[in-house]
Amino acid sequence: MTCTEFLALLDDLIDNSVTAETRAELERHLHGCEHCEVTLNTTRKTIQIYRSHEIYDLPPRLRERLHAAIMSRCKKGC
Amino acid sequence: MSTIQPIAGEDEKHPDIALVEQARSGDVSAFDTLVRKYERQVFRIAQHITQNREDAEDVMQDAFLKAYEKLDQFQGNSKFYTWLVRIAVNESLMRLRKRRTGKMVSIDEDVETEEGSVPRDLADWAPDPEQNYSQTQLAEILRKTIQGLPQGFRIVFVLRDVEGLSTEETAETLGLSIPAVKSRLLRARLQLRERLSRYFRRKKSPKATGVEK
Repeated sequence: MTCTEFLALLDDLIDNSVTAETRAELERHLHGCEHCEVTLNTTRKTIQIYRSHEIYDLPPRLRERLHAAIMSRCKKGC
Repeated sequence: MSTIQPIAGEDEKHPDIALVEQARSGDVSAFDTLVRKYERQVFRIAQHITQNREDAEDVMQDAFLKAYEKLDQFQGNSKFYTWLVRIAVNESLMRLRKRRTGKMVSIDEDVETEEGSVPRDLADWAPDPEQNYSQTQLAEILRKTIQGLPQGFRIVFVLRDVEGLSTEETAETLGLSIPAVKSRLLRARLQLRERLSRYFRRKKSPKATGVEK
């Protein structure tokens, strides 16, 4: 397996949607390719960081204000 | 690739469906529960697309009001959440069009870029690299980095990886084909990884010389 072929399957590997056979092939490639190993690990980390950090926080006071505005218009029938 | 999905849960209704039914029959408090459940997500998606706080506030209100008005049109064959996300995405794009009058705003434009297709920065990252920054610094880095992505990539990444929609749901929500979602997701992930490497790479010893980009 070449690095390009590995990269084409990177998302499927990360999303756990590869067959056992393909996974074994990908893992064989990883054993001998530091570059692909770094790419895989840091891409996984990228997703995990974005998933676990709130970068657009909705402060409680703003949340309450917006919530109240929505509900008051819904009660009026919009 | 098809997998055999368990049929369990076929008879069980998603709790959102019951709330939608109550709201349809005039129970506003049921809709209140749905708003509370999803307001953060809708606000976040609107921020990611409009990249403007005031716009995101307006989009969040408009999206929920539109959802309330259109509750009768909700078919129940998709999740209420994905239906709501679709409304939020459309409202956000409409808001952008208003701001940039005359300029086309579309998520299905083909983004011609080779950036990120092949990883160039192959330096490994420090272990737990985010710990080298304060929460405020880190949030700023993450915001700046994702804002630099082409819009069509950013939305796919946000829906798929941040909000947890499936590839199929993302495709349906954005009106894209599944291969288009997959190709954008890969490029979005690789571009973000590449850009974050500037901040998170393992620091080299002073002796090592590298070409600065």
